[in-house]
Amino acid sequence: MDLATLQHFWAGIIAFAILVYVILDGFDLGVGMLFAFAPNERWREQMHASISPVWDGNETWLVLIGASLFGAFPMVYAIFLSAFYIPVTLLLFALIFRGVSFEFRHQDPAHRGLWDWGLIVGSAVATFVQGAAIGTMVEGLVVVDGRYAGTGWEWVGLFPILCGFGLMVGYMLLGACWLVLKCRGAVYIWAGDLIRPLLLGVLVFLGIAFVYALWSRFAVMARWVDLPWMAVLPATGAICAMLLYARGGQVRRDWAPFALVAIIFLAAFATLAASFWPYMLPFSVTVAEAAAPRSSLAFMFWGCGLVAFPAVLIYTAVVYWIFRGKVKTGAGYGH
Amino acid sequence: MELDPVLLSRIQFGFLITFHIIFPAFTIGLAAWLTVIEATRQVTGREIYRRLFDFWIRIFALSFGMGVVSGIVMAFQFGTNWSVLSEQTGSIQGPLLGYEAFTAFFLEASFFGVVLFGRDRVPAWFFLFACAMVALGTTASSFWIMANNSWMQVPVGHAIVDGHIVPVNWREIIWGPVFKIRWLHMLLAAYLTTATCVAAAGAWYLLRRVHVPEARLMLRWGLGLAAVVIMPQMWLGHLNGEYIGEHQPSKFTAVEGRWETEAPARLVLFAWPDAAAEKNHFEIAIPKLGSFVDSLDFESSQPGIKTIPRDERPPILIPFFGFRIMVGLGVLIWAIAWGGVVLILTGVVERSRLFLWATFLNFPSGFVAIIAGWFVAEVGRQPWVVFGILKTADAHTPTLTGGQVLGSLIGFAVVYLIVYGFGFAYLYRVFRVGPQSAPTPVPGATGARPLAGAGRLDDPSQPMED
Ligand code: HDD
Ligand code: HEM
Ligand code: HEM
Repeated sequence: MDLATLQHFWAGIIAFAILVYVILDGFDLGVGMLFAFAPNERWREQMHASISPVWDGNETWLVLIGASLFGAFPMVYAIFLSAFYIPVTLLLFALIFRGVSFEFRHQDPAHRGLWDWGLIVGSAVATFVQGAAIGTMVEGLVVVDGRYAGTGWEWVGLFPILCGFGLMVGYMLLGACWLVLKCRGAVYIWAGDLIRPLLLGVLVFLGIAFVYALWSRFAVMARWVDLPWMAVLPATGAICAMLLYARGGQVRRDWAPFALVAIIFLAAFATLAASFWPYMLPFSVTVAEAAAPRSSLAFMFWGCGLVAFPAVLIYTAVVYWIFRGKVKTGAGYGH
Repeated sequence: MELDPVLLSRIQFGFLITFHIIFPAFTIGLAAWLTVIEATRQVTGREIYRRLFDFWIRIFALSFGMGVVSGIVMAFQFGTNWSVLSEQTGSIQGPLLGYEAFTAFFLEASFFGVVLFGRDRVPAWFFLFACAMVALGTTASSFWIMANNSWMQVPVGHAIVDGHIVPVNWREIIWGPVFKIRWLHMLLAAYLTTATCVAAAGAWYLLRRVHVPEARLMLRWGLGLAAVVIMPQMWLGHLNGEYIGEHQPSKFTAVEGRWETEAPARLVLFAWPDAAAEKNHFEIAIPKLGSFVDSLDFESSQPGIKTIPRDERPPILIPFFGFRIMVGLGVLIWAIAWGGVVLILTGVVERSRLFLWATFLNFPSGFVAIIAGWFVAEVGRQPWVVFGILKTADAHTPTLTGGQVLGSLIGFAVVYLIVYGFGFAYLYRVFRVGPQSAPTPVPGATGARPLAGAGRLDDPSQPMED
């Protein structure tokens, strides 16, 4: 197999993994943030039960992205993580508190409030950092001779911060749709009512971000002028958004809102990727420049790509299938 | 004072990985053991195995949770603090970590959800399968990470092209000259740790005369497993020593603690090595035994630390003492395990309170030995991060300032103090309460709820609210 195919294969796998991560961990991060607004323990228990069997698997996609970048595009792994030293450290703190809160809140009723706030703040910070990182990347990182050469503070800019908050709203939308899919009763109704306002928030933010990217980055603008058919990507997202807005939480099929939001995220992500391809770090490092040598890519291709990756997809699906349907809460969570 | 970012990053890495390894050390063995218990229960149908399972799964859930979050931190450390290392060796370390994520982390994380929450949603055989997959995942994880680290210890199978390390022969990289022994040494170390902890829990309950039937089983299984594993473990340790003698003379001489080349060489049991003066204080040594231990020949010549150029010597104290702590604890575990088997066979074990106390207090030995072993391996490798190829000081992220690393280090210390402080307290609480015969009743929202791990698993009586 030739080198370019291998490079594209791995870029594709990583793009796919990012998308899966955003949608899957997105909903459980979103539910984590929505925890802040749940009025009582009964609600929180139901919300919790809807994510506790799967959140760990969801988060593993993040590790997979990190490890695949390290293996297939070590330069991007090195640049990205050194540029985001402080935010990544904050992300790790957030993931720690969030991760242990799942077990700890049940071990220790006396400190349940503490661990619930761990889940809420952890989810919020983790989301904010991811959004801010995307924003910073769109603005571009300083790279000299293949190494990061910035100050480490680029992420504290207006646009990255906007992206951070935007992603928080987006994940909460995913979370609300997930609750519609998994919950009943009061939580179901509440989550359904949240869909419209959250969706509006997401659309406003996406609009600003898209215009800003076009306006501040001429290369992006040029690409859209050259390849106008790419407009189907944002257009698909817009249609789904309209459908979702029309129905809000009043749906006949409880999976519909989640499916629509997933497509909106897919469209937004594809729009972003299409704007910058073949750059992995916008306008400084391309896929080909960043790629590991052929022997590394091929070694990963045969084992991880052809065997392990489909297996991962299959048993991820099996686990979701085992936990399909509405959550049943009563006493123990997970029942 | 100028803060040295490299030193701070080293401290941070050592601190984080030391915390991380505590949990894998325990969960690798525990996952395998839980699978065995579940299988035994399904075959024999005896309820006691169910109670054992439900108890240890709670311990497992807590440890696993802490292992996962501390592990995610590790996966990003290479890029954040050691970006030059990542960029230079990413073509080798990256695919190995990638295989770990694809083959191990997903297995663990996905099937862990089933083991914890799915007992009443899947058939019994699938539940057992899920337990086995978690165990397989933790074992696969140790395989890849040890392959990775073994390549850093003795790099083979690569070429250097334009200053970049390029993999050439993956079979050699993975199955390098030291990997097999080190992996087995690590796996058996994990099993030993689990075994000593299980035995310690049993001994504790027997001392308190609670949960006696379960405690008997724990004591027997724990001591029996430790007794079987400890001898091969010591042998593997010896082989480990042989390989460092061959591949890493700088580490080997530091561990041995002899400054001069000697023939026949002494075995330094204890000393206070003084790197500046290049000699030992308070030395206790046995003539000729050093030659024997290192080469099974009482007369052979063995090199001293002075054969290594000063700027390629590791800090001596840590490998020197780490090694002695590890071996000492190995001997202790051996004494307790074999002594225990004798006491069990003669039927007096439950009356020997002294022995039960020793077994109980022995619970940290496995953890301490593992950490000590890693300090020997990693500090002994210094000043290299990839032995003979890349120095630690050159592997650091160039843009990082001392202030940033100090900030993150303090942050991690505070976060770990809080999180693991509570975590260890919860573990203690679960151990203290012990296995429960009946599912814990659920007294409303305020009382003690069933624990996250097990109370919920087996409670069909709980009201279903739809
Ligand atoms: C010999 C065993 C061993 C060693 C030396 C290490 N680990 Fe580990 N790691 C495990 C054995 C393990 C495990 C047993 O597989 C864990 C512990 C609990 C768990 O969930 O899996 C784990 C978890 C774990 C996770 C979370 C996986 C998940 O989300 O389920 C990550 C990302 C890492 N590790 C990464 C690392 C890195 C980068 C290491 C080295 C620098 C490292 N581990 C050393
Ligand atoms: C799990 C148990 C481990 C422990 C307790 C451990 C311990 C340590 C310690 C104490 C240091 C600091 C050494 C010094 O600077 O003097 C260190 C450094 C390091 N170790 Fe490990 N280590 C472990 C596993 C690993 C593994 C599995 C890898 C690789 C996959 C690894 C890679 C490194 C790297 C990259 C450094 C930083 C550079 C350096 O200081 O050498 N370690 N480790
Ligand atoms: C009693 C005889 C033992 C001997 C002679 C021995 C020898 C060694 C040696 C020479 C190393 C360094 C390997 C290297 O630098 O790569 C090592 C590492 C290690 N040892 Fe031991 N050991 C013994 C017992 C134990 C026990 C009882 C445990 C744990 C329960 C243990 C756990 C470890 C671990 C985790 C490492 C680091 C991983 C590695 O490098 O393989 N050892 N051992």
